[in-house]
Amino acid sequence: MPAEVDFQRLRFEYARSPDQDAPAPARHPVVVVGAGPVGLTLAIDLAQRQVPVVLLDNDNTLSTGSRAICFAKRTLEIFDRLGCGDAMVAKGVSWNVGRVFFRDAQLYSFDLLAESSHERPAFINLQQYYVEGYLAQRAAQLPLIDLRWSNKVVGVAQHADHALLTVETPDGRYELVADHVVACDGSRSSVRELIGQKAKGRVFRDRFLIADVKMTLDQPAERWFWFDPSFHPNQSVLLHMQPDGVWRIDFQLGWEADPEVEKRPENIIPRVKALLAHSATMKDAPFELEWASVYTFACQRMERFRHGRVLFSGDAAHGVSPFGARGANSGVQDADNLGWKLALVLQGIATDALLDTYADEREYAADENIKHSTRATDFITPKSEISRLFRDAVLDLARVYPFARTLVNSGRRSVPATLHDSTLNTPDSADFDGPMCPGAAAADAPLTLADGREGWLLRELSDGFSALVFGSDASLHGAAPHGVPLKVLHIGPCGDKPAPGQLIDHDGVIAERYDLLPGSVVLLRPDQHVCARWRQPSTEAVRHAMRRALAMH
Amino acid sequence: MNLITTPHLSAPDDFYEALIAAHHDLSVAQSHALNARLVLLLANHIGTQAVLQQALDAARDTNDASNSRVSL
Repeated sequence: MPAEVDFQRLRFEYARSPDQDAPAPARHPVVVVGAGPVGLTLAIDLAQRQVPVVLLDNDNTLSTGSRAICFAKRTLEIFDRLGCGDAMVAKGVSWNVGRVFFRDAQLYSFDLLAESSHERPAFINLQQYYVEGYLAQRAAQLPLIDLRWSNKVVGVAQHADHALLTVETPDGRYELVADHVVACDGSRSSVRELIGQKAKGRVFRDRFLIADVKMTLDQPAERWFWFDPSFHPNQSVLLHMQPDGVWRIDFQLGWEADPEVEKRPENIIPRVKALLAHSATMKDAPFELEWASVYTFACQRMERFRHGRVLFSGDAAHGVSPFGARGANSGVQDADNLGWKLALVLQGIATDALLDTYADEREYAADENIKHSTRATDFITPKSEISRLFRDAVLDLARVYPFARTLVNSGRRSVPATLHDSTLNTPDSADFDGPMCPGAAAADAPLTLADGREGWLLRELSDGFSALVFGSDASLHGAAPHGVPLKVLHIGPCGDKPAPGQLIDHDGVIAERYDLLPGSVVLLRPDQHVCARWRQPSTEAVRHAMRRALAMH
Repeated sequence: MNLITTPHLSAPDDFYEALIAAHHDLSVAQSHALNARLVLLLANHIGTQAVLQQALDAARDTNDASNSRVSL
């Protein structure tokens, strides 16, 4: 095994691009601004779809500090499609159990593993610099990605059929023309500012201290959350395990706290010691402070994620509180939604209208994420006396009554938005049960491959459209509009003798999750969202649904 | 299903006496906390969001009515 890269210390050399010496600004189909988790995801996805990408980053390092640490199943599935999920899951800490404490007593624990038969766990914890590092390594394998470090966008001019960017480098400024610009440059997005837009919403009057602490604890990989513990009264505390023996501790401080004072090690260390001292198993554990940060947050978004030739993804477009792990996860899901659409538009297969659906769908998803994270924040940080009264009443009841545990909200599990109202969906024309309705992100399931090996459904999907054809030999030949890739997966019910090339639903999980009967067909978009399903469709119906999913109607 | 606002208590006087008795010896803060727990227990028993919303609206509207009486 090769020695591990120290991603935190990695510096990327600025290299002069031939574009800087071009007599007129060079033109590129896509310029992505920001090589964080979202920009890297989008660049890799586009390059895998044969679209050349210029990726600009204003500095020459990966994430400073651990920052986003919880990566959800759906995000890992996207990373699998991009060819770097295995490295992340191998390095990350998989966890399923969470414990919730009120004052010093455990109220209850929960186990996310209840939902089994998925290749990926509910979450892994992994420092953001590892995620960015693995994505950067993958990007480096793709010659279509032109990643330019220390390239800062300082000007954006919009024109009818392109945007003109002014870029500042250690060698001075140059200009670039892009058919489309995607801003993935974070919550303080300079592209957003340069085009005169703002993200609007609620700013929360509270401060939190993140302390990453290196220590050897004889403690399982579990998420521990305290409401009002004696070692940190009237506030909340979160303890989470990361790889390399690093523990994330999140202390709520209140609005009055002075961030500069709280960031000092001499003030952080006593807080950590108090946490450790309260527990018999953690008491006196030696530790080292790795990284600390004091943050506030807002739940906000831009009104529109598309402004002409400039599209916005990730924190640049929307911000959420950290409770529920919806920041980086939703940003990666933005990129997943945009990649295939941009590629098909640039290849002349779909029209510009498809890009508007990116904005519509991801604005809807952002609202859902903002709603969940606002609710969690209001529970963790009650904003009024009566809100605190009910919060504490819920916690008191939760100790005894299971119903009250459903009301305890220390962050809801991050799941992808189901795009119920998307114009790309073909509404059901037959009765179906279950969550895999048009708009849902496809659920994984185990299967047997044609050669007899065990596999997973999502791994078998293509980068284009995929059709799950259950218990029938319908070929769907001619269903795909010209130039649009469609992979047809013939899936046999459990107990069936496999026909050549057929996959077998050996545990019946696919049929159950997708509510399939012999003859049923489910159509999946290139981002693995369901866009149509039928009991016995004609080829014409599938063709019509594909056109609809491409905004061609 | 709609929120029942017609007489429905099997023993109204017994319930009222028990409600007051449950608060016996409690400080105002403890009473508020008891009421909050009671609301949550009863809400779970009802279960249906639409009915609970009707109850919230009815409680809120009654409060507005009493406020307007006071302002007269």
